[in-house]
Parts: sequence; C-alpha cells; structure tokens
Amino acid sequence: MSDFIIHQWWLLLIVLASFAPLAFKMVREGAENTLRELDRGWVFLLMLWAVLVPIYYIGVTGATLPEVPSALSQAVFDEIEKLKPGDPVLFSFDYDPASAGELAPMATALVKHCAEKKLKMYFIALWPVGAQMVDNTIDKVIKADFPQMVYGRDYVTLGYKSGNEGVIKVIVTNLRELYTTDSRGRSLNDIPMMQGIMNVQQMKLIINISAGYPGTKEWVQYAVTPYPDTIRLIAGSVGVQSPQLYPYIPRQLPGLLAAIKGAAEYERLVINKYGGPTPDPKYMEGLRRMGPQLIAHLLVIALIVVANVLYFTSRGRQRAR
Amino acid sequence: MKRQVPLIITAIAGFALIAAYFIPYTQSWGETTAIWFDVLASIAFVLGGGNLLRVHLKKISDRVAGWGYSVIVLVTFIITLAVGLGKVGVAPAPQFPNYPWSGPYRQTGAPFWFLYEYAFVPLTATMFAMLAFYIASAAFRAFRAKNVDASLLLGTAFIILLGRTFAGVILTEWIPPNSLFSGLRVENLTVYIMSVFTTAGNRAIMIGVALGIVATALKLLLGVDRSYLGKD
Repeated sequence: MSDFIIHQWWLLLIVLASFAPLAFKMVREGAENTLRELDRGWVFLLMLWAVLVPIYYIGVTGATLPEVPSALSQAVFDEIEKLKPGDPVLFSFDYDPASAGELAPMATALVKHCAEKKLKMYFIALWPVGAQMVDNTIDKVIKADFPQMVYGRDYVTLGYKSGNEGVIKVIVTNLRELYTTDSRGRSLNDIPMMQGIMNVQQMKLIINISAGYPGTKEWVQYAVTPYPDTIRLIAGSVGVQSPQLYPYIPRQLPGLLAAIKGAAEYERLVINKYGGPTPDPKYMEGLRRMGPQLIAHLLVIALIVVANVLYFTSRGRQRAR
Repeated sequence: MKRQVPLIITAIAGFALIAAYFIPYTQSWGETTAIWFDVLASIAFVLGGGNLLRVHLKKISDRVAGWGYSVIVLVTFIITLAVGLGKVGVAPAPQFPNYPWSGPYRQTGAPFWFLYEYAFVPLTATMFAMLAFYIASAAFRAFRAKNVDASLLLGTAFIILLGRTFAGVILTEWIPPNSLFSGLRVENLTVYIMSVFTTAGNRAIMIGVALGIVATALKLLLGVDRSYLGKD
C-alpha cells in the first residue's frame, strides 16, 4: 500500500485537490453547516473516487482480497465437482449487459469449471440479449482457453426463445417442440451432442445465471418443483434478487452465488483447484471487483453515520430550546 | 362475441394447464398451450414495436415537452430494427454460401454487432452503474434512525453492508471461529440474517402472493373478472 502511495502520489493529489472547494467552504462556514447543506454532487464525487481508486489500485498492483467461500458458494462448486466427464449440463443465461458487471464474472468461472470437468454444455437464453452474453462467455473461455473443445460435440448454443416461463414449461418435457435448430440455424438432428436429448430432465445439472424475470425463480417453479427427482438446479444471481431465492434453499436450490461476492468466493474455489500457479486475471474479475465494493460499502456506512450525527445534533438543539 | 371468444380461450388454456399439472395423461395439453403462449409472446414483440411507434409519433405530433427524445427513440429504434432484420453487412453462413441472409444477425463485425457492442452495452451498463451514485446520495439524505423500526433497519443494513465485504471478516476476526460466540462474527451474522429473517419474511410474502394469484386466476378462468378485456 505504502509503495502504491509513493509511486502514485499524483492520484492522491488529484483526489485531495478535487475536495479543496469543499474544505474551503467548511473552514469558511463551519463543518456542520456545510455538511447540513451538502450538495449531492459532492456525494457523487466521493462515490466516484471510492470506486475509481480501488479499481486503479487493483489494476496496478494485482492485489485482491482473500475471500473465504461461504456454504452456498461451496455448494455450487460441489454440485459441479461431483459430475463426471461427458455429463450434460444446461446453462440458461438470463441477463443483459446492464447486470453483466455483477454476473459475467460468475458466468466465466462457471463455464471454466464445467470445461475443466469436460462436461457437455448446452446454452440457452430466456432474455433477448442473453444470447450475446452466451457468445461473449464462449469466446472468452472456451474458444480462448479450451480450443480442443468442438462446437456440436462439447458445447452447443441453442439461442434465445421468447415466452419466459412458457419456454421452461415446454422444454422440461419436450425440448424439440421449441428448439428445432441451434442459434446458427443448424438442425438439432445434425448436431452430435443433441442425439438422444429430448428434454431438460436429461440434464445432470441446470445452471441458471439471472438478473430478474424470467430467471431462477421461474426455473425453480416450473422445472424443479414439478420434477424434483430429475432436475437439479444451481444459480447465480444479482444482489437485489438473491433474498427472494433464499426460501428455496437448499431443497429446490442447493447452491447460490449471490452477487459479486458470491462470484468472488466461487472464483477463489475454481482458481484454487484449476487456476495453476499464475491464474489468468479474467478468472479473477469477481475478486478484483470486491475492492471497489468494500470501499463503496464503507463510504455508504460513513455517509449514514455522518447524516445521523447531524440529525441527532440538530434534534438535541431543538429540544434544548 | 368480442368478449366471449377471449373468455373461452382463457378458460380452456387455464384449465388445460391446471389439468396438465395434476393428470399425467393430459401433459401434452399443457405443452400445446405453453407453445401457443410462446408463439403469442413472439407476436407481442411486433405489438410492442407498433405501440412504441404509436406513442412516440403522437408525442412528436403533439409537440409535448421532451418530444425531441421521442425523435431519438424512433430513429434509433428504426435503424436497429432495419439493420437487424435486414442482416445488413452479415456474411453468409459457411454451410449456405449462396444465400446472402443465411449468416447470424449478430455476426461479429456486422453493423448490428457494432450497435450492440458500442451503443447498447455501454448505455445499459451506465444506467445500472449510476445506481451506486443515487444509493450514496439516498444514504446521506434519507436513512435516519428516527424510531426503533428505523434503527433496527439501519443496524441490519450496517451488518449486511459489512458482511458482504472483507471488512466484516477483519472487524470480528478476533472472535474465535469455533467458540460459543462465533455466531457474532459479522460474516456469520450476515448469513443468519439472510437465512432466517429474510427467508421468513420472503416466505410470508410469497405465500400471500401465491394465495392472491390463485384467487385472481380463478376469477379470470371463471370469467368473474373481465377487466383484462378492456372497457369496450
């Protein structure tokens, strides 16, 4: 840390200089008055630095925080670990670029884990741009690091279908009713790994990465609940949606990666087992993003504390009068 | 007729889905109904596009405040639609080299891909990222421990905020992990709050919502509630 401050002194200078007008105002009008009438632009500036400086620090030093895997992240890891090479796994990418910052790291780690385990991967999307998310992850992981994997033999992209939970309801019993071709327009009958695959119940595991509706909740309600003995589901979810999924844990949803912290914990597990001595930074995106999250959370707590101190000071004075 | 046909379709589709859930023999009925639903959902995209045009053309025609934004919406909508549907700049698929439209619409390097990568992705990501700024502003302006309820909410928020980062681990790492008080470590408190209080609250809401859905669904299927058909 001290080396960073010494070498990147100019950054510290810029951060401090950006708050100079506020500091002058505090000296002139008093800290309490200034904070009481604080323009929200200053709060925005604080948040900007709280996110930007850690991103830069992690970019320069490559340091990450030591995340300890929670039971839920460990459960996700174990569910994939216990599969055998060649087992079919269905990925449903139900998110868009807006939530990719939170979900793309876990998608990358999950696909890497499945590729390391030599599982057969089937990709679908219930969100219109989910198909692009699938393509991005395949380019980033399979095409870049697992060139021996062949399209149609080891992985296949079935693309997006409209209908939300209606799609889930059909494919759990009859996948061929909705999907006649892959996302490239090739007949499913001509794809080797589709031979004998008639419905989703034949998958050993369903991995859903979701940012809302339709997503994990719908997979639980329309796939796992009617077929608890044949369908097993694990999920990765954005932070705001995760509390809604806790009621399904552990019977309907044995494992859950909740937000970027869940992604970071899972990345740690995957890296520990498959990362090698110098893991590729693209498999540590979640871990790298925990730094900005830490500072941003501390800032929010600090803002709440300061605001409450001001509130109680002012209320105390009013009562005294 | 205008009202009876939709009522009959709703009732048949609804009861077919219910029967398919409970009677294995009728499973194919449910599949057929769900496929109809998926087809209708695809058609709804066309309807949505038409509605978007209607709403924004009216705003432009009436020159309501902010009509310039409607122009931007329509221009970008039409460009994206034309580029995507027309597969502009897309090379033919390798297996069908003689068919110019056989390539995928989101082919890397094609104009649609360019629009997606350099307009859609940064714009949507920016919208989501801006939440951080507004949450910080709201934290400063709105969260006050005015009463017991608000204080409990604030205390819980602090634990969760700390527990979702490494700060929580550092703060209470002095408590031995296998001791009687290990439950007081912030990371364990976070798990406890999420798995007990949050789950209990969510389950209560979910059961309430489910009961409401059953009641509403029955009213729709039996034709008691016809509000979804509109007024005329």
